Order: sequence, then structure tokens, then C-alpha cells
Amino acid sequence: MKILVPVKRVVDYNVKVRVKADGSGVETANVKMSMNPFDEIAVEEAVRLKEKGVAEEVVVVSMGVSQCQETIRTALAMGGDRGILVETDDELEPLAVAKMLKGLAEKESPDMVILGKQAIDDDANQTGQMFAALMGWGQGTFASEVDIQDGSIQVTREIDGGAETVKLKLPAVVTTDLRLNEPRYAKLPNIMKAKKKQLDTLSPADLGVDTTPRLKTVKVAEPPKRQGGIKVADVAELVDKLKNEAKVI
Amino acid sequence: MHPKPDQYQELRDALRDLCKHYPDAYFRGIDAEGTYPEAFIDSLTEAGWLAAMIPQEYGGSGLGLTEASVIMEEVNRNGGNAGACHGQMYNMGTLLRHGSEAQKQAYLPRIASGELRLQSMAVTEPTTGTDTTKLRTTAVRKGDRYVINGQKVWISRVQHSDMMILLARTTPLADVQRRSDGMSVFLVDLHEAMGNGLSAQPIRNMVNHETNELFFDDLEIPEDNLIGEEGRGFKYILDGLNAERTLIAAECIGDAWWFLNKVVDYTSERTVFDRPIAQNQGVQFPIARSYVNTEAANLMRFRACELYDRNEHCGAEANMAKLLAADTSWEAANVCLQYHGGFGFAHEYDVERKFRETRLYQVAPVSTNLVLSYVAEHVLGLPRSF
Repeated sequence: MKILVPVKRVVDYNVKVRVKADGSGVETANVKMSMNPFDEIAVEEAVRLKEKGVAEEVVVVSMGVSQCQETIRTALAMGGDRGILVETDDELEPLAVAKMLKGLAEKESPDMVILGKQAIDDDANQTGQMFAALMGWGQGTFASEVDIQDGSIQVTREIDGGAETVKLKLPAVVTTDLRLNEPRYAKLPNIMKAKKKQLDTLSPADLGVDTTPRLKTVKVAEPPKRQGGIKVADVAELVDKLKNEAKVI
Repeated sequence: MHPKPDQYQELRDALRDLCKHYPDAYFRGIDAEGTYPEAFIDSLTEAGWLAAMIPQEYGGSGLGLTEASVIMEEVNRNGGNAGACHGQMYNMGTLLRHGSEAQKQAYLPRIASGELRLQSMAVTEPTTGTDTTKLRTTAVRKGDRYVINGQKVWISRVQHSDMMILLARTTPLADVQRRSDGMSVFLVDLHEAMGNGLSAQPIRNMVNHETNELFFDDLEIPEDNLIGEEGRGFKYILDGLNAERTLIAAECIGDAWWFLNKVVDYTSERTVFDRPIAQNQGVQFPIARSYVNTEAANLMRFRACELYDRNEHCGAEANMAKLLAADTSWEAANVCLQYHGGFGFAHEYDVERKFRETRLYQVAPVSTNLVLSYVAEHVLGLPRSF
């Protein structure tokens, strides 16, 4: 089978995010960027399926600025076979990404598309679901276990009440949750090999997608600074404060 | 966080990912127990980092000393100590540059995979430190073998190696025209040699560095283990020493970044008299000075790497890089310890451990005075002092 893995370039999870002075977004200039951690889990799962002999080819795709090539190369160093970048400097919303993924899926005809359940920058948690709807494919979101069977996938999903297991017909969409696997770190020889792997570049126009944003960001603000707590002498005082000051009981 | 992103960022990121699995507490524990960071070194080996300089046809990645130095720098920058493994990176260079094709085929792929560890190089002797040409360990031909007798000291990582590079005199000093002639390089199979003419005595020391005294008593090694031509070994070793000095310069740079990041974070947060201590210029300036010196030493380190990778003479640059980098890491260590106050001495801050570790490079693998002597005599042409 062929697996398509969309990956997003985001501000590294170790970076302390700062809001731009004009409140239009977060600062990304001179900030370390890396692959969305949930997408890393998706790459790992796809590569494991290839190593098990279940998948023949893992195609990594990304959308955005030209530096997204670095993110794709990282995925290729983990074991992806080739990459496709849809290059644009425009701000991309989940629906535009889902539409472009549809264009790529029609070109590539993958049996499975596996991606992170959400990106750690906007936390939208929409792309996988929108894409599945556009394709009319089944979706197994928040996967903590993926088991490929003959012509279908069994996906264990992390839901509020525990774990739910669904069976999907192929082709299908899977979005990954944290517990699915622990991504490997890249090995030096594979980093070197990844430099030589095929990486094609397309434009949104090549896929016939209009990426004009449909949403307008009104304001981005820092969360309020945490106030220091207080100590109470006894339970009675605590209850009194909860009742009369905080008014929560 | 320093260093700033550069063209080697991809390697740095991948290494930092690996190093994240080995936090400060891991290295602190290894130091306290006086053990060897086996798990960390295994991870580095398994991910191919220590085979960076081995050509691809022998199973490595075919990178230069520049990339290798970035790898060592990152190990130290992330809280580790590359002294535990840098031997695996450069010792094979003697084999690669001067060994026969048969020797390279026999050993390099297994060194690349980590199956064979060639982490030791035995040159220094108790009575002849830097005065290498007077070394007393002899290799005497006997049929198809060489018989080794003598003593070596400060030979690192022997307990964690399978093979060792050995420099011994094959023609007596009295019988050679130039004193650098008549020495030869051998590959010693440590498993075969131990207890059969070779014994090792570990030397406990100030840092958790595995180093030993070696005693050769009629150790026999096959003639096939001679590297290159008999009598030309000293020249072969010099190449290796330049690689070693340059890699150690990069490790010192890594240490300096570690100290600087640590002290910048600490002094920005540590509040005394209602303000962070870093707000005082008396605190800022030594940190800034140390940063300036680190950036400068780093340029010399990359210069030495560049020359080595172009196969040009780099003796002066390798020595100068090592001196400048060792000085700057020591300065950064002092600054970092000073502004941590008492906490700098507490094991849990790791400053005292890194402080001890980086102090070594004022002395090893060549002491600061001998670098100055090299520059005075070989670069400036001043009269020889010895």
C-alpha cells in the first residue's frame, strides 16, 4: 500500500511563544521551527508500516513556505521515500490545506493518509476531518493504535470515556494521538540519504485551489499573567473564601 | 540558545533530539558512580554519529572533520562529555589515511557499525610525554611477528575499546638520521593482547575519564597489523593528533556554550536586592567577554577544520584552535561557577562537573605551554628551546 503523510512546520515546542507587538499573531522571525510533534508520530507510524512490509511507499507532503522543505527532509531522514511541497507564502487555513490534500490524493492515489490530530500552533484539529469529508473516505481520528488488515484498518481511538475501536475501509484517513508511538531520532546515514531523495514542488494553483483565507484574525493576546496564590489557615477559611470571594460554591 | 543556527543545523537538531534522552541527571549519575556512559555512547554509535568520517564505501557517512567537530561540540553543548567517545571518531583516520586496502576492508566497516571500537591511541609514555621521539617502547621483528616491550601512560578508553593504535620504535634512536624516523604504527587487538603480554592499570582521576597505564611485556602482534611503512609511524600519528586537537577545540566550544547558556539563564532569574543579578554590569561584562572570546575561538576551530578537510597543513591552526577554545571554555566555566555562587558547587546544578571536565583541556591532549612553544618555534621561527 501507499501512505501519504502530511506534515506541518510549526514553532518548536520548546520555544516560549511571544505575541507580536501589533497583536496580529505570534512572532516567528528568528524562532526555531520544527515538525509538528503529532505529525512526527504519523511519519513514525507510516515508516513502521513500511518496515513491517505492509506499506511499499511513504510519501511526505507539506504546504507553506520554501523552508518547509527542511521539515520534509526531516521526515525523509526518518524513513519517508519522497516528498512533495506545495509552496506558498500565504497563510493557510485547514480547509485550504484539506482541499490541496484532496488534489494530491487524486494525483497519488494513496491507500491511507495519516497525519497529526492537530498542529501545536493553531490547535485547529480540523484538517484530517475536512479532508476525509472532501474525499468521502472513512476517518479514524485520535488514533492510539493502528492495525492494518486485509483491505481495512482497525483504529483504536482515544475518546473521553476511554478507547473506541473502529474499522475503516481503505482508503482511509487516520489522525494520530500522543500514545500511538514514540518517534525515532534520525540517524546520520539516513540524514545523508534524505538529502538525495526526490522532493517535488507544486503551487496551490497546480492543484486548482484558492487559498484565500475565509477567517479574519481579530486579535492575538498573551494569556493573563498568573497571580500569586494565598495560604489559608484552615478549612473554614477556605470554604468561606470559596463561597464569598471566589463565589464558586 | 547558543550557538546560533548555522549550515549544520540539521545535524545539530538531530543530535539534540538524541541528547534529550540523556538529560543532565544521566551524566551526573555516571559521574557520581565513576562509570562509563554506555547507553549514551551506544545510542550515538547506533545512530551512526561516530562513523561520520568513515567513507560511505566502508559503511560510514563520508563527512569531514568539520561535521565531526559539530557532532562533538553538540555532545558537550548538551551536557555530555565527548571525551568518552571522540577516539572512535578520529583514531580510524590513521587506518584510513595510511592503512592498506586489506586492512581498511577488514576493519573500517566493523568500526563504522560500532562492532569494533577503536577508541584508544597509545603514544604517551611515563618518561617521554611530548618528547615523543624519545619513546622507549620497542617493536622488534621476529619472523612474521613483532614483539612489543615497554610502557605507556594516560591511554584513554582502553577498557572500552576492542582495538588500539600503538606507536613504538622499530629502529633505535641511535640508528636513525632524523629522530622522527624509525617509529611505526600498529593496530593492537586488545582482546588478544590482554593477559598475553599486555596489562592495563586504570588511573583514577579528577574527572570521570577512563584512562590507563599500559605495560607491554613481550606482546606479540602479527606483522599484518603494521600500518603503512615501517619507520614512518610518527608522521602518521601527527595527522591523527591534528584531528584530535581540532575535535577537542570543538568540544571546548560546546562546553563554553553550555556554560554561557547556563549562566545567562541563571543570572537572569536569580533575584537579589529585588532585581536579577544579570542587571548588574559587573555581572554582565564577564559573561559578555566570555561570549566574545567563544565566538572568536570558534572561528579558529572552523578554520582548522577547513584546512584539515582540504588535506592542507593545519598543525598551527589545530594547535591554536585548541588553545583558544580551551581558554575560552575555562573562562566560561569560571564565570558560570562564580555567578552561581554556592549553588555552582552543588552537584545538582552540573556546573562543578562540567567545570572539572573542561579544565582537563588546559593540559590534554597537549598542554597550553607546548602549544605556545609550537607557535613560537614553528610558526614564528624563534630559536628552539628543546
